[in-house]
Order: sequence, then structure tokens, then C-alpha cells
Amino acid sequence: MSTPAISLQDLDISYGDTKVVRGATFDVARGESFALVGESGSGKSTVLKAIAGLAPEWTGEISVLGKPRGHGTDRAFSEVCQMVFQDPYASLHPRKTVDTVLSEPLAIHGIGNRGARVVEMLGAVGLDRRFRFRFPHQLSGGQRQRVAIARALMLEPQVMLLDEPTSALDVSVQAEILNLLKRLRREQGLTYLMVTHNLPVVSFMCDRMAVMNKGRIVEIAPKTALYDGSFADPYTRDLYAASGGNPDADPAVAAALKTKDTA
Amino acid sequence: MTRAPLLEIEDLRVSFATPTGPVEVVKGLSLTLGREERLGIVGESGSGKSMTGRSILRLIRAPGRQTAKTLRFDGLDLMAQGNRQMRAIRGARISMIMQDPKFSLHPVMTIGQQIAEALRVHEKLPRRDLNARVIEMLTSVRINDPERVAKMYPHEVSGGMGQRVMIAMMLIPRPQLLIADEPTSALDVSVQAQVLDLIQELVTGNGMGLILISHDLNLVSRYCDRIVVMNGGEVVETCAARDLHEATHPYTRGLLAAQPRMQETRATLPVLDRTEGAGT
Repeated sequence: MSTPAISLQDLDISYGDTKVVRGATFDVARGESFALVGESGSGKSTVLKAIAGLAPEWTGEISVLGKPRGHGTDRAFSEVCQMVFQDPYASLHPRKTVDTVLSEPLAIHGIGNRGARVVEMLGAVGLDRRFRFRFPHQLSGGQRQRVAIARALMLEPQVMLLDEPTSALDVSVQAEILNLLKRLRREQGLTYLMVTHNLPVVSFMCDRMAVMNKGRIVEIAPKTALYDGSFADPYTRDLYAASGGNPDADPAVAAALKTKDTA
Repeated sequence: MTRAPLLEIEDLRVSFATPTGPVEVVKGLSLTLGREERLGIVGESGSGKSMTGRSILRLIRAPGRQTAKTLRFDGLDLMAQGNRQMRAIRGARISMIMQDPKFSLHPVMTIGQQIAEALRVHEKLPRRDLNARVIEMLTSVRINDPERVAKMYPHEVSGGMGQRVMIAMMLIPRPQLLIADEPTSALDVSVQAQVLDLIQELVTGNGMGLILISHDLNLVSRYCDRIVVMNGGEVVETCAARDLHEATHPYTRGLLAAQPRMQETRATLPVLDRTEGAGT
């Protein structure tokens, strides 16, 4: 078996004195699409941030493509692993054109022939060339997310970290972006680690998933578990039911969920 | 005629002036809402669904303009009401739950004060009764330890709790019609179900009408009797919630198909044809 694309061993992550993730351990194989699901505050985005180097207070082991990751920023690391953020309205610089945004990673890493690469990448993410010199405010949400994906792909990484890439978008636009991500993965042999709270999206995009609750991974299940709801952990079953997993039992399940307070 | 519909809208239009002339965002919408009926309005961003919700409360601000042949609520012509009269209706008889509790609650007022204010504006009550009503309302939206929560500030509570506080505030004057504009899109799936069940229960328990505005077709079909699908400011289809999956309009079908399913087997999702628009 080859080395996994992402491997986490006993990962604890804290923000200041608060420990938000405890003992996260999982491997994502090369070419796999792996989902992290859970509610807000469960620590799923924090895991991605730690891998990307945005949450430096962690202990344990993170390795990507067999190479252990340090705590600081790492240029070689950026070339193999990139992240796409949740909200394309927030993740693009409002005063930089699409062209500047896409050329920047190339400039930082000293890669030439930038113009041609930018044009090629715009084509790959399904954006017309006329968008090249526009500002983010001149684009729709779906177009912006395409730019954000293009930016992540500029350095031709092998591993992509996706933090709820479609939750800020409409259903029909979500479908387009999900199709795009799926096609890019197929064409470029990418590995995805995707955070989402939307189980149907997992069913469409991913092969396996880890379910997180209160900073811990409670279950790792194959996507087929979504077909029949065969989850081992009670929390996962609740989550599955709340997502409309089992249409026959809707009202009853909702009633069961009511007893738990979010406070 | 005692059984007249709660709300009648005929030929509602909302337009905004732009440098290139007025743009209509709601184009001649007509609908009726029966008493104790739960109606869902579904559409994508920009379909005019929120504007429809706001225009029922006459909340379209200048330069936006709103016209309607009929806009009648419980026999009252809303288009003929002045600002002062509208203020007496808003909150007291028709109220609206907004999308995000983070932006809709007053950050430097305690939760108890805010809820009490909603009531005090419309009813004269001794302070002791006022407090009792606030606590009672917080209990009915299933907040544990309401006395403590009433003294808390909005930043001290979670999103789900904040939304329940909003619901409490909106329902305390006992309105006849509740408009919920994406009440759960800022919340987690598991909390979503709790909040919607709560709205459901309070609406049916008090004989209120409900208009639920959302972009989530499946969610709306679970909580409403009837669904109106909007696109580009127009109603493209109206159907009973349980018949949603037999919807005939291509736009509705497109929306339904574009949603990933729990038992997904399709390799790609069908997308809406956007040839007339700018595309995404």
C-alpha cells in the first residue's frame, strides 16, 4: 500500500487555552475523497485549518503525502496541498482582479508563463476569458467560488482541502460547483478532504466520511452507510435523521431531537 | 363572511429605480393564504421571494416602489394604511422572523428586555405581568432556565438559541400571521429541525397563518401545506406540498434534480440551463 495522502495521528488542536479537537486520527488514501461532517463547533473546520497551517497550536502528527508537516508556513507544502474556503464573498480580495489573484501563487513560487497558465486555469474551472480582468464584486457567488477553486489549483497541488465549498451558494449553483469539483478530481487525480454538514453532498462527492462531535471523531463510515443509515454511533444516527435521512420516520425523529437542547 | 382568506395578494409588483430605468423584482404576484394555512415560498437568490415577504409588511424602502391591485390582510387593505397604522400592524398582527439572529438581535440589550419591548410597544401591561409573559414565552420556545437567559446578551447564546429568542420575540404579541424568511439557513441541520418543529407547533397551536420563505425545497415541503415556486420575480408553479415530487414546471423539476440525494448514484448533477442569464 502506498503512503496515504493525508495522515493524522492523535491530533489535538487548541485555540489559546481551549482545546477544540481531541485525538483526531485518520488516513486519507491517495485519490480518495474524504468528508468530515458534524455540526458547527464540532471542530471539523479546525482540522482543515491545522493541516493548512492556519491553526498552529496543535500536537500530534500531521503528514501529507508521507511528509510530516511542521507548525509554520511551508512553501513546499503549499505546492502539494491547497485549501478552498467556505465563503467566496469573503475569501477573495475585493481590490484584486481575478488575474492578480490567480497569478499571485505563481509569482510567489517563481513560476513563469503566468498569463497562459491563468487563461488555461480559467478554462478548466469553466469561466470565460472575459472574466480575467474583473473584480470579485463583478462576479456572482458561483463565479467567485470558481475563482477560489482556480486559485487553489494554480500550483497544481495533489491534495485539496475544501471547507464547505458550496454552503454559501444556491442549490442550482451548488450542483454546478459540485460537478466541477468532481470533474477536476477525476481529470487531475486529486485527493479531497472536504468539510461539510450536508450529508447528501457527501453522498454525491465522497467515498468515506468521519463524523465529528464536540471535537472528537465519533465514527468513520463508508458512503454506503448513507444509503441505509447503518451508522454505529447514536450521534451519527441523529444527524442522519435530522438531514431527512429516513423519510418514513421524520416526525418521530424530529421529536426525539427536540429533547436535546443546544444550550 | 367570516371565512375570508387571511391574506390576499393580487398583482403585487416591486420595482427599484436604476440608472437604466426601473427594474421589477416582483412581477405581478398573486396569492391567497387561508387561515391557519402554511404556505412555502421557494426560489433561488434574486427570485423575489424575500421581497414578497417584506412587501406584505410594506417594508420596501425608497427608492424601491411597491404596487398591488389588492393587498388585503384579514379584511384590511394594507396598501391604504399610513405609516403609523402599519406600525400598529407590524409585530402585533403580522410578524416576521429574519434569517440570522446574529444581525437581528440588539447586541447591547438583554434578551429579556428585547422580548419585553416587543410586547410593551403593542400592549399596556404592568411590569410584573410583562416579566411573567417574557418568562412564559421563553419557556414555550424551550429555553431551559428562562430567568437566567432573559438576563443574558445575544452574544452569550448559541445560534439556535438566538433564533428561538427571535421566535419568542415575534410570537409574544400573538400575531395572526407569521412570515419566516429563511429562519434556519444560518443554523446547523440538527438545530434546523428543532427550530422548524417549534415554529410549526406554535403556529398550529395558536391558529396562525405561516409563510415560510426558503431556498430549500425539501425543507419547505416538510413543513408547509402548499408551495409557491418563484423564479425571476414570478410565480412559476403552485402545488400542494405532498405533490411536490410530481411538479411539472421545468424550473421546479430542475431545482429538485439539482439537489444531491442521500442515496446518490448519479455521476453528475443536472444543472439549470442559464443561457438567458449571465451564467455562474
